[in-house]
Amino acid sequence: MRNLLAAVALACLAPAWPAAAQDITPPDVLVKNVTLEVVDLIAKDKEIKSGNRAKLIQLVEVKVLPHFNFASMAALAMGQGWNKATPEQKKQLTEEFRTLLVRTYASALAAYSEQKFEFRPLRAKPSDTDVTVQVRVLQPGSQPVPIDYSMEKTASQWKVYDVMVGGVSLVVNYRTEFSNVVRASGIDGLIRELQTKNKSLEAAGKK
Amino acid sequence: MTLARLLLAAVLAAAAAGCATAGNDSRDPWEGMNRGIYRFNDGFDEWFARPVAGVYRDLLHSEIRARVRNFFANLADPFIGVNNLLQGKFEDGFTDWVRFAFNSTLGLLGIHDVATEMGYEKHDEDFGQTFGRWGVGAGPYLVLPFLGPSTVRDGVGTVVYLYTDPVILIEPNSARNWTVALRFTQLRSDLLDASRLLEEAALDRYVFLRDAYFQRRRSQIYDGRPPREPVNDEPETTVK
Repeated sequence: MRNLLAAVALACLAPAWPAAAQDITPPDVLVKNVTLEVVDLIAKDKEIKSGNRAKLIQLVEVKVLPHFNFASMAALAMGQGWNKATPEQKKQLTEEFRTLLVRTYASALAAYSEQKFEFRPLRAKPSDTDVTVQVRVLQPGSQPVPIDYSMEKTASQWKVYDVMVGGVSLVVNYRTEFSNVVRASGIDGLIRELQTKNKSLEAAGKK
Repeated sequence: MTLARLLLAAVLAAAAAGCATAGNDSRDPWEGMNRGIYRFNDGFDEWFARPVAGVYRDLLHSEIRARVRNFFANLADPFIGVNNLLQGKFEDGFTDWVRFAFNSTLGLLGIHDVATEMGYEKHDEDFGQTFGRWGVGAGPYLVLPFLGPSTVRDGVGTVVYLYTDPVILIEPNSARNWTVALRFTQLRSDLLDASRLLEEAALDRYVFLRDAYFQRRRSQIYDGRPPREPVNDEPETTVK
């Protein structure tokens, strides 16, 4: 009995351990590290620079993807419709949305051409679990482009659940599109449409 | 101007063809007409603007294109300053004119953006934003021929802009037209990557672009710090 209690106590404590401040990389540091690492990897890679999209997508999957919470993103993009989806539908939506966003992200990175970044100091209390990390992309002759990462604290790490570029939230921008499709052909219709979209992008990328 | 008349006829035909489509977005009551004009713009872009911008980008070194971009960016600064003043942002407005003064002289008619290097940051203002700041609502969504996404409010702003644009003062007319063409080609070439991204990301490009426009304008009007959206549109945030 005492062992059992100890086990329960341990199980309850365990999730709290990684939350100790020194174990979790702060969100602003995380964004800065990942950004600089990815940009550096791209700059060094001749194949990616000469347009190897598959390799770039692979890089995004390995380096960037683990820091995104795609279930949250899909839920936010679905809005009210998310609650009406079955667990299986939620899984599929998350999966297809993830594929689409990875591809979009890779395209955005492919367009990168040595602009400079300005990482703004994080304005948040240590106790906050939902923060916005602000980065600005600087280019001469134009107004800097702000990129805001909305991030939430999970048990083991900070994760991005939305990206705002120049004031346009990626997730919010999908909301009308998604709800239009859901209204016309249901949640399964939306899953099908996302699948078709991803397949056509994949086919176009292979050419 | 038979070409202009031909294009006008094409726009009208496209707008009329779109009228059968029914929309369901309260911000876009003219969705049918807008989709028609959108398709016209898309065709014009696919067959003319984008190829020309692509050739322009391939032919000219990025350094030269940067000089062209800076030149037109500099011409816009005085009225960006006027708009900042109209919005009561005197410091920003003053900065815009300082930028114009330095870039037009030290920056050799604006082709070098020396002001940014000196710490005078470029701003992004226009008459539509000023009206928005004064409390004028966006009004219905409006796709302008050739120019793309707008609203009734921003469309009026665009008309005011066209009358204050220093490029219209250039004489003779042929030189003015070539300058306008160069400016649009430069602008389009800067957007080549973005438009490709749009094509890849969107399920329905018209809707995606429209929503991005509304979000972007809202952010611009509040200089990147818009107040929270009304609560009725809030999504479920409890995700498990």
